[in-house]
Amino acid sequence: MAETAVKEKEPLFQFGKKERQLITDPLNDNNPITVQVLGICSALAVTSLVYPSVVMAVAVTFVTAFSNLFTSLLRTYIPKQVRMIVQLVIIATLVTVVELLLKTFNYPIYKQLSVYIGLIITNCIVMGRLEAFAMANKPWRSFLDGIGNGLGYGAILIIVGVIREIFGKGSLFAGSPIELKIIGPTADYFINTTESVMFGWYANNNLMVLPAAAMFIIGILIWIQRSYNTKLVDVS
Amino acid sequence: MYTTRYVIGFIFILTASVAVGLTGLREVTKNKAAQNEDIFNKRAILSAIEDYLPDGKKVDNLSDQEVSLIFEKMEQPVLNMQGEAVNDVKAETIDMAKERKKPESERRLPLYIYEHNGEKFYILSVRGNGLWDEIWGNIALKGDGNTIAGAAFDHKGETPGLGAEIKDNPSFPEQFQGKKIYDDGEFVSVKVRKGGAKDPEHEVDAISGATVTSDGVTEMLYRGINYYQPFLKEIRQSEGTQGLLMQK
Repeated sequence: MAETAVKEKEPLFQFGKKERQLITDPLNDNNPITVQVLGICSALAVTSLVYPSVVMAVAVTFVTAFSNLFTSLLRTYIPKQVRMIVQLVIIATLVTVVELLLKTFNYPIYKQLSVYIGLIITNCIVMGRLEAFAMANKPWRSFLDGIGNGLGYGAILIIVGVIREIFGKGSLFAGSPIELKIIGPTADYFINTTESVMFGWYANNNLMVLPAAAMFIIGILIWIQRSYNTKLVDVS
Repeated sequence: MYTTRYVIGFIFILTASVAVGLTGLREVTKNKAAQNEDIFNKRAILSAIEDYLPDGKKVDNLSDQEVSLIFEKMEQPVLNMQGEAVNDVKAETIDMAKERKKPESERRLPLYIYEHNGEKFYILSVRGNGLWDEIWGNIALKGDGNTIAGAAFDHKGETPGLGAEIKDNPSFPEQFQGKKIYDDGEFVSVKVRKGGAKDPEHEVDAISGATVTSDGVTEMLYRGINYYQPFLKEIRQSEGTQGLLMQK
């Protein structure tokens, strides 16, 4: 951290109250999914299981963070007439990097997420942050803003994924090394007493596997969030 | 405002450096990615004989090396539509999607001959249409060329919770175990029956709400296994003579 003290007044990697807000705001007051209602398409599509949701959350966080960083670094050089094309080039590059890395290190999940990795390019959250934040702010803050928004998106994805997988498949983390059967006739009981199975009577709800279920769950999440966070309620 | 020359120059440098970077990354990861795809496809084939893998393991518990080793040990002939072996080709190099685009008479059929505790298994590959896109599967037959030892299916874009159950719900492929594709020497294949299987030897239950996918599986199995008939006849005959020898 030798470079931190470039200027006495404003160190390059400062982490104060404002920076903390960049991370925490998108988690609640300014959540990309439940408040700005962006990125819904992928949130409906990939959340039928938790594991792909987690991978998707990490991938989007990576893309938002680094596209914000690179756009912010280049912001004074980007010609205003073609700024959107430049932003798209940066996003598409990062998404391709994610795709190549997944292909190399986790091929089954790459197969499972298939087209939705490529579709991160069209995720409104990514480009929205570039336009709204990175084009006007310094690199470090832009980077944090990207991380914050990626996490805000990822948090909703994982919540929806957990609900859908438990009720739709009776499991958690299916497809990953730590797969758990939670409920239903084939569940592994937490304490190793094979006699009784928790909620063994439960039959999987097929609606939960379909994307429509994510729509309902996100709607309910928005409702819950607004009922305790009243400043989000639009009273006009 | 920026000059046109600056804009063109900026875009050119940006795209050129991005292209170089991505090409480099792709070159570095290419081999590993191709290897991953290969192992992924091989695991899909092995899941048809999941109950007969070495040491009683499941496909997911096999390491990549073990998967490769099983394939090295297997005999992998490729058949033409007349049931004759095609020289110098290994079954694992056959791309079923490409074969399906060829006219029927020119297609090549991959065959995997697997041995477990002295028992022989023949794994056939089939491919057909589901509701939205292609579906495919691997069917393992026991040494008699008649009894199904196991089956595994996959699909490109069937509806989750409905058609996709052919892959996601293990109880669907499990139904095929022990079914017979011949009835008194006549080829009948296995039918996926809406409303529940009636014939315990040649029918399995369809998936409710996925009639088109279920019918697609029936069609795929009938046509796909029918392609292998010349070969199956041969092994059934040799099996018959062996049976006679044993009686003596």
